[in-house]
Amino acid sequence: MDLILLVLAGIFVNNYVLSQFLGICPFLGVSKKVETATGMGVAVIFVITLACAATYLVYNFILVPLDITYLYNIAFILVIAALVQFVEMFLKKSSPSLYQALGVFLPLITTNCAVLGVAVVNMQNEYNFIWSVLNGIGSAAGFALAIILFAGIRERIEFNDTPKAFDGFPMALVTAGIMSIAFLGFSGLIKL
Amino acid sequence: MGNPITIIKNGILNENPTFKQVIGMCPTLAVTSSAINGIGMGLSTAAVLICSNLFISILRKVIPDTVRIPCFIVVIATFVTIIQFLLQAYLPDLNASLGLYIPLIVVNCLILARAESFASKNSPIDSIFDGIGMGLGFTIALGVIGLVREFIGAGTLFGATVLPEAFPRTLLFVMAPGAFFTLGCLMALLNYFSNKKKA
Repeated sequence: MDLILLVLAGIFVNNYVLSQFLGICPFLGVSKKVETATGMGVAVIFVITLACAATYLVYNFILVPLDITYLYNIAFILVIAALVQFVEMFLKKSSPSLYQALGVFLPLITTNCAVLGVAVVNMQNEYNFIWSVLNGIGSAAGFALAIILFAGIRERIEFNDTPKAFDGFPMALVTAGIMSIAFLGFSGLIKL
Repeated sequence: MGNPITIIKNGILNENPTFKQVIGMCPTLAVTSSAINGIGMGLSTAAVLICSNLFISILRKVIPDTVRIPCFIVVIATFVTIIQFLLQAYLPDLNASLGLYIPLIVVNCLILARAESFASKNSPIDSIFDGIGMGLGFTIALGVIGLVREFIGAGTLFGATVLPEAFPRTLLFVMAPGAFFTLGCLMALLNYFSNKKKA
């Protein structure tokens, strides 16, 4: 039961984009079309889940025994960068169609701070392996949900007559603000 | 290039990381619930940026082109770890309020972007000035957003109460949505003035 709550909390209550501000760059950058937003969302779910598992193993089986936990930041970012590269090569060989679909988004994920953010949160809260991975899935699904909804709204705004000064980023930010208010409605729903 | 003042001015005004280039958004939105936090974050980022720019510029002829991005990231992560320890030791309060966002300076696209587009192509001295300019531009932007949010949301400036008690606080502005609104409106305001200038 706790595990289900953890995933739901990641998606709605502690939504990483709209309440913790992680992964804002891709959220604003690749949300002009629903299709690309979906691609990005799926790629992020994939990478965060793997990254949570990998960083958990690296932290507990390499950094802790060697007593060099203060290097976690460097270790995590390298693991994530290597993982993204590896996933890219693996997909290219094994599933060209999926690679085609995710293609351009994969390299971008290295600098998506949600990936590193979730890994650091897992470490700070001392989650065990299963909790870490599930927390990753929940948070990533929250990211995907937010970016797909946001892209849907932005597609419609394109055709509207907004004040000239608000064109582009300002309008996107205000839209994100309103979405964020909507997600505030979920706060307090689940307490972990 | 070469003139320090031009490079610094470029970072603060012409290519302001927050308002013109729209990069490094996560910390910009996350830690600006008060002016002090915003400026603290800005200065920490600036310190990392200046150091990483300097070192990447010194090493630019040694780092092979194909693995440059991982090399940059390691350099940046090293300085972030150093800054994190310094904050823990000397400014524990600030460290506590910035929390998770200190280790996340590593993935601030601003730093990697400057490493890639400036430090890897220019001399160490120029790179330091670029770091100072960009860092100041970032700090000013974060400070301004923090000031606005703190004023509207809590009625204080730098922690000192300025609005009378009876005046209602718009709590929303110190919460997540307020960050989006403040940045959006500030950007629109800047657009408005620059459009007017052009017309």
